[in-house]
Amino acid sequence: MGEVKLHGTWPSAFSYRVIWSLKLKGVPYEYIEDLSNKSSLLLQLNPVHKKIPVLVHDGKPICESLIILEYIEEIWPHNPLLPTDPYERALARFWLKFAEEKCPAMWIAYRTSGEEQEKALKDTLEMLRAIEEHGLVGKKYFGGEKIGMVDIAFGQIAQWLGVIEEIVGVKLLEPQTFPRLHTWIKNFKEVPVIKENLPDRDEMLVVYKRLRERLLTSP
Amino acid sequence: MADEVILLDFWPSMFGMRVKIALAEKGIEYEYKEENLWNKSTQLLQMNPVHQLIPVLIHNGKPVCESLVMVEYIDEVWKDKSPLLPTDPHQRAHARFWTDFVDKKVFDVSKRIWSTKIEENESTKKELIETFKILEGKLRDKPYFGGETFGFVDLALITFYSRFYSAEMFGNFSIEAEFPEINAWAKRCMQKDTVAKSIPDQKKVYEFLVQMRKQLGLD
Repeated sequence: MGEVKLHGTWPSAFSYRVIWSLKLKGVPYEYIEDLSNKSSLLLQLNPVHKKIPVLVHDGKPICESLIILEYIEEIWPHNPLLPTDPYERALARFWLKFAEEKCPAMWIAYRTSGEEQEKALKDTLEMLRAIEEHGLVGKKYFGGEKIGMVDIAFGQIAQWLGVIEEIVGVKLLEPQTFPRLHTWIKNFKEVPVIKENLPDRDEMLVVYKRLRERLLTSP
Repeated sequence: MADEVILLDFWPSMFGMRVKIALAEKGIEYEYKEENLWNKSTQLLQMNPVHQLIPVLIHNGKPVCESLVMVEYIDEVWKDKSPLLPTDPHQRAHARFWTDFVDKKVFDVSKRIWSTKIEENESTKKELIETFKILEGKLRDKPYFGGETFGFVDLALITFYSRFYSAEMFGNFSIEAEFPEINAWAKRCMQKDTVAKSIPDQKKVYEFLVQMRKQLGLD
């Protein structure tokens, strides 16, 4: 059905969103690690944002991880990651938009210090509260009985948030305060495709610690 | 049983205008409810508990939130008339990419212009000018961002037309003068009845923002 290439960077949570989706649908693809992070090929494929991930299907690039996920869903509709009912889809898309808007706070907390970090930590907590209170009530996964696009979108909370918490020395996702999210993380990481495709936590710690030092000391 | 459609909105909201255009394009009859954002109705708080923001579309008692999610929902439910998104998956991904770009680079960035002191607007203005350069390049020789016909990206961006005059007054730059192609595109869109009747007068919006800025102690 046409050649599929994924340009990504290890251990980017956004790359992993696409990897999980392709693997859940059994779509064969070639993974290309973007080593320099701003290679000339990347600049050609994503001239507007100059970022990974970029999916190239039949030679045509698609950018922005959640847009890539919707595209994958439309081209390979088996093992659906979105509901078929329009209202349920609208609810799922609401949470995708929420993830897009609110998850960046945890990354801001990771790469800043002082007042800016304080605010980002507060924003991250608010995001977790909203998900706990409104997103997971009576559901095993955001997608219901099986994981879906929203679970994939929030995947960064399942593995990357813990690494950020350790590096900045602040625990945000306490099990007693966020019982539903805590259970969801456990269930999410037990899904075979996810379990087999999670970046190693210790290796992530090394990479992100080093990167944070560079970010905080650079002019 | 006839569909019951209600739109909770606030007249200067560029997000609400998007939904009004979509409903008009599809010829859907609905009840319009003006919200007072300084005294939000119980209905609004119940229908959008996560953000407590307008617009909210209530279809047969069920709420849909986030303007572009609402537009996609409207397009899917009332699919027999005036399609708003393309049918081809690659073109849909392309359309979603550019509406996401509009949200992040036009709407999010321009918020700073109305809500900060005028002296602090220089860097925001530069960002917006860069963005409009990119958008003008994207438009090139086409009548609409969607190609030959008005589409999803046109709908997402045209509501910003209501703020052109305000951007000129607060940001000290004229979109009309500096971006003649965008200006021509906007006038073309405004010739559509569904668009013209959904977008309030630019000066009225400016007066509203002046009042709001006074209340915030900005001027």
